[in-house]
Amino acid sequence: MAIFKSGVIFEGVDTQDANAWRLAAYEARGGYAALKKILQGAMPQDEVIAEVKNSGLRGRGGAGFPTGLKWSFMPRAFQGDKYVVCNTDEGEPGTFKDRDILRFNPHALIEGMIIGGYAMGCRAGYNYIHGEIFEAYEQFEEAIEEARAAGFLGNNILGSGFNFELYAAHGYGAYICGEETALLESLEGKKGQPRFKPPFPASFGLYGKPTTINNTESFASVPFIIRDGAQKFLEAGKPNNGGTKLFSVSGHVNRPGNYEIPLGTPFSELLEMAGGMRDGKKLKAVIPGGSSAPVLPGDVMMGLTMDYDSISKAGSMLGSGAVIVMNEDVCMVRALERLAYFYHEESCGQCTPCREGTGWLYKVIHRIANGQGRPGDLELLDSVGNNMAGRTICALADAAVFPVRSFTKHFRNEFEYLIEHGKPLVNHKWC
Amino acid sequence: MLSAQSLAKIDREVAKYPADQKRSAVMAALRIALTERRELGQTPDARCLNADVIEFVANYLGIAPVAAYEVATFYNMYDMKPVGQYKITVCTNLPCALSGGVSAAKYISEKLGIAIGETSADGKYTLLEGECMGACGDAPVLLVNNHHMCSHMSPEAIDKKLAELK
Repeated sequence: MAIFKSGVIFEGVDTQDANAWRLAAYEARGGYAALKKILQGAMPQDEVIAEVKNSGLRGRGGAGFPTGLKWSFMPRAFQGDKYVVCNTDEGEPGTFKDRDILRFNPHALIEGMIIGGYAMGCRAGYNYIHGEIFEAYEQFEEAIEEARAAGFLGNNILGSGFNFELYAAHGYGAYICGEETALLESLEGKKGQPRFKPPFPASFGLYGKPTTINNTESFASVPFIIRDGAQKFLEAGKPNNGGTKLFSVSGHVNRPGNYEIPLGTPFSELLEMAGGMRDGKKLKAVIPGGSSAPVLPGDVMMGLTMDYDSISKAGSMLGSGAVIVMNEDVCMVRALERLAYFYHEESCGQCTPCREGTGWLYKVIHRIANGQGRPGDLELLDSVGNNMAGRTICALADAAVFPVRSFTKHFRNEFEYLIEHGKPLVNHKWC
Repeated sequence: MLSAQSLAKIDREVAKYPADQKRSAVMAALRIALTERRELGQTPDARCLNADVIEFVANYLGIAPVAAYEVATFYNMYDMKPVGQYKITVCTNLPCALSGGVSAAKYISEKLGIAIGETSADGKYTLLEGECMGACGDAPVLLVNNHHMCSHMSPEAIDKKLAELK
């Protein structure tokens, strides 16, 4: 099992207990107390939203947008259906936190979504789950049934007059559906191709109705905020970076896994928690926020703290909190080649700059990696990237360009050496 | 074309959505159809989706066949090509590759005597390379028949798993 430390979401969760995810265990940990506090204490919708705003909770899916503010964008006066949608389409390479939330604490997510539904006046919610974690999807359906049987879902919840239904849906192998409007298209039973924004989902979302989409970890943080108070959550992190955060640590460490730690924790401490570098090798590079985040050299990372502001100042992104650790044996050209292949494979094909550009990036990096690079290839990569980033409907093109720009910036000598000598500077081996 | 059980499962999915939005259930309906074909199909061609099944699902949901077809071809877990009794998809994306994903794929390929993308001559196994499955901390990771995830797949664990998939 793969959860270490805790604070908010995994507090008190015994991952060795096969029933830790069930309703009874969740209630024993204080689960659904927040929902009762709201519905039985008749806490007004505005107060719930204000509490989430005050907590400093920022979207955990990658963009870091303040969750409470997003909730306040939902039109209050709208007569008709409104929806709350959870994005568990977790496919950003390096990210594996939401799967553990579904496996070990799904009711925190369910309770968070019900609270969100109440605060925003929604009649129904959907949780869209990555198709590859189908077993977690099936278990989540069971958790929903438990909540329904206990009266936390359905009509007149806890005698409050509030009605809310929650359903699970699944993807089936498309990274792009992690983009919120592609996810909505997929929920509508279509190809997952992103929509133009504006209009934003808060005005035109699922079936054209006002919709708010949040990440799994964001929703799962909400019960704590309501139950223990915004202040306590805020204090668990640092100013403008409230709360704890789940960091998925993968790559060349001794103990890969999810670490729930306060935002603002030094990277060096996180690395130590993860057991340090595997086989005592030297740290070379870290992608701090999922594969789309710019890579940073290891020595730069060692001076940073793990929060939105610190990582952003260093020129990267905290993103989804996926920390990919690479040691000195990695040829950065090979590593980038694999990522470039991924974006090429996963481009939805809707926008020409992305559909064609991701293919060009991959082809050029592939030939460099195989000793067939040509003089001018690095400039070509720059030029292709400039014709992609910011020129498409969604951010996948940008996500494909960020790694290319950052790998070729920080590890330029490896690319130049390969182009010039036809062989790599670092004798790469995947373990 | 589909069993009564599969149709009941599809009905359950349809009920999740507003009455005028049956199309939303197409993702699950195609998955249910594929699962039935995988379980009952005796040959690789009988285990994947084809135009007839997709049209049947579309008609069942009251949507245009092309609308279901574009979904079946857009999402890569819907098998549109003949597939072995056991489809093994190994994640070789960067985080997994750093922890043995590529070596695991190579090991399985050598052991089964098929290259990535191939199906064994007896129609038993198909080996594929996958993109991120959202389980990088458990690398090497592979999926058996789309729905069963196997974690920490060392060569010993692979030997054991393949022995089960007979």
